[in-house]
Amino acid sequence: MQFSIYRYQPQTDAEPFMQTFELDEAQVTDDMMLLGALELLREQDPTLTFRSSCKEGVCGSDGMNVNGQNVLSCITRVRTLKAPVVIRPMPGLPVIRDLVIDMDLFYQQYEAVDPYLQPTQPNQTIDLDHELLQSPEERERLDGSYECILCGCCATSCPSFWWNPDQFHGPAALLAARRFVVDSRDITTRDRLEKLDDVYKTFRCRNIQNCTASCPKGLNPSQAINELKSLMLKKQVD
Amino acid sequence: MTTQTDNESSRLSDPGQWDLYHFDAVIVGAGGAGLRSALQLAQSEQKVAVVSKVFPTRSHTVAAQGGINAALGNVSDDNWHWHMYDTVKGSDYLGDQDAIEFMCREATEIVRELEHFGVPFSRTDAGKIYQRPFGGQSQDFGASQATRTCAAADRTGHAILHTLYQQNLRAGTTFFNEAFAIDLVKDTTGQIAGLVILDIASGETRLLRARSVVLATGGACQLFETNTNAKINTGDGLSMVLRAGLPLQDMEFWQFHPTGVAGKGMLLSEAARGEGGLLRNGDGKAFMVDYAPNVKDLASRDVVARAIAVEVKEGRGCGLKKDHVLLDLTHLDEEVIKKRLPGIRDIALTFLGLDMCDSPIPVYPTAHYMMGGIPTNFHGQVLTQTAAGEPTPVDGLYAIGECACVSVHGANRLGGNSLLDIVVFGRAAARHLQATLAEHKASDFFDPELELTPVVQRLAHWTQAVQAEKPDANEPSDDDSIAAIRRDLQAVMQRDCGVFRTEQTLSELCDTLNNLQQRLHRVTLQDAGLAFNLERLEAMELENLMTLAFATAHSARARTESRGAHSRMDYPERNDQAWLKHSLYFRQDHALTYKPVNLTPLTVDGFEPKARVY
Repeated sequence: MQFSIYRYQPQTDAEPFMQTFELDEAQVTDDMMLLGALELLREQDPTLTFRSSCKEGVCGSDGMNVNGQNVLSCITRVRTLKAPVVIRPMPGLPVIRDLVIDMDLFYQQYEAVDPYLQPTQPNQTIDLDHELLQSPEERERLDGSYECILCGCCATSCPSFWWNPDQFHGPAALLAARRFVVDSRDITTRDRLEKLDDVYKTFRCRNIQNCTASCPKGLNPSQAINELKSLMLKKQVD
Repeated sequence: MTTQTDNESSRLSDPGQWDLYHFDAVIVGAGGAGLRSALQLAQSEQKVAVVSKVFPTRSHTVAAQGGINAALGNVSDDNWHWHMYDTVKGSDYLGDQDAIEFMCREATEIVRELEHFGVPFSRTDAGKIYQRPFGGQSQDFGASQATRTCAAADRTGHAILHTLYQQNLRAGTTFFNEAFAIDLVKDTTGQIAGLVILDIASGETRLLRARSVVLATGGACQLFETNTNAKINTGDGLSMVLRAGLPLQDMEFWQFHPTGVAGKGMLLSEAARGEGGLLRNGDGKAFMVDYAPNVKDLASRDVVARAIAVEVKEGRGCGLKKDHVLLDLTHLDEEVIKKRLPGIRDIALTFLGLDMCDSPIPVYPTAHYMMGGIPTNFHGQVLTQTAAGEPTPVDGLYAIGECACVSVHGANRLGGNSLLDIVVFGRAAARHLQATLAEHKASDFFDPELELTPVVQRLAHWTQAVQAEKPDANEPSDDDSIAAIRRDLQAVMQRDCGVFRTEQTLSELCDTLNNLQQRLHRVTLQDAGLAFNLERLEAMELENLMTLAFATAHSARARTESRGAHSRMDYPERNDQAWLKHSLYFRQDHALTYKPVNLTPLTVDGFEPKARVY
């Protein structure tokens, strides 16, 4: 089975190039994940560089662009891919080496939405003898957004994020924003919505929905962004 | 080009070219323990940094599934004393009872604190934190099953790790992400003085001088072929401690989780059995009744893992090769599976193509957790021994979480106690450290000369061990490689030091390890680059694993009894008279010494060792 992989080593390569690798068909078992195949290729060439860690799709390290689609290599079966398998770094962010990208802008956008629960006023002490009550129905509203693993598959497949990664929050950060806006324990909902109400931060989203199509966890950032937009509208009418 | 790369690489091992930073405290590791500690310290006046090999939310706490134990009593009556009893019994009486009492008493408050931080716990109808039954937990000192494990579906670790990272963002914690901790640094008086790290992206070496170092580097189950651990779990902190001349404790005790995906190793949470799942053998029999007549599938993990291994060994396994058993949830309501166990249902779907709603899942025990580690007291202070054999704290060094051995888990950890361990001792160590730092002026510690020779030599070795010519990528070479040595190490550890061990397997293991160690000394690398040089990183990680393999093999070979997760076929009984004590392993000459178990809790009577029946 053939693989065509993007290579770039900044110290020695003037520019990136595609390199062809090959695995024996017998080595490619039916249940093999792409990460397993890449590990075998690294045994052929230990300089082939990509991130990975948990091997089960929960740490979010190994996002990469495979045959044009952003995926996590550890939960993508090789046999579902058309050969030659073309593997590139996820697009839109600077490449550090081979498939490893610099995700700083992505993380900065996440930080910019204040992704933490604010259940009390800043100087109010918290009552550790009691938990904050939340009904199963209120808790259910967090489903579909708290599970995000920050792999970046969504943001790096979003044309609006490619154009304005410094100004548009992007789908992952907005999904996180939605998670705190709808959390019944958070008392800063209004402030959050006001801060998000901006032509770039939220409204650069053009409903292209690449984010939802590429989310390896089956989440729906596009719907979350639309929900934020309608909550902003509702707040104005209130 | 080659010359330029050589010059650049030599900067790695030239301290004159390292960037220098000063901190009051440096925390190594950004899993739940490191982040809970960092959050506590961020609220103080101290200058603190966290060093993490990966971006913090990729730390392996993220993969914890089932939950965190606390006697909240939200579902059924409970109290911390019962929790303490269960933990002592689960540890096969090797746990230190002062530390266990401390952890179980802190549990309820610290879980509520996590809830206030934002953890999206599942909820009861009354709006409280949802709790589920887990193995080895009881009401009224063993009388009936307790319901103590607080859960966010089956993604509790993810929920806790992300929440702690989020609160650290709020607190403004300083992070060095994708930075590999190479070694502790002492000054010429022998005092811990900081840490040398490698910035993975740039390949630059950095020296962090610090009054205190907190190790929170997690476990090391990458030692075994089949494991539930992430690639990053290579025991870096433990190995640093051994190289600093300090001991590791109870390294013979490794937990094999009963229900890993057979042949692959991914974890299927104990929550599956907590919610009602059953283990069946090749005859379709729910066999746990033969091993734990009272609590059956919810016995302690060591008991269930051994039961599965015995069923398979005696020919009652499932599948063509009869090499696994089945985890059966098909009798449960589909809604329960979809709501309470969505993550593990996904794992079975992804890796096996099986939906646990209508198909039993092949499982087999898989290396999961390290009960041993860096010896500490319950303030997180690292302990060593005086010449007279007395435990004594190492000034300026702390260890928390899986890399530490407090010991709250003894010879076997209960499910739901590791997430508790990381937050309780993460906070406790930070509080102790805060108090200590407040007594000193940091500048007093930054003047003495540093002893950098060992770390410089290690770096120099791995920058020089690079092949002159890069071989053709498509021509597999006959030469040895990091990948080949790692694979052989994992295979031999699994074979000779797995669920069952004997004198013969362990003495063979010691010989094989010597051989692997020599291969590692000789191996050359192909990657001469600075930026994101994974091969060099993996070489240093493998060095760390190798050190721990020796610690494990020698500690296991010496302990001629069976206790908790350490099962010696040639010594099948627990022997309290000879072995109710902790092992301490030193790297020098593979020396072993021992120290007594603490049987005196803080405020209640101790639990005397008894036969362990579930």
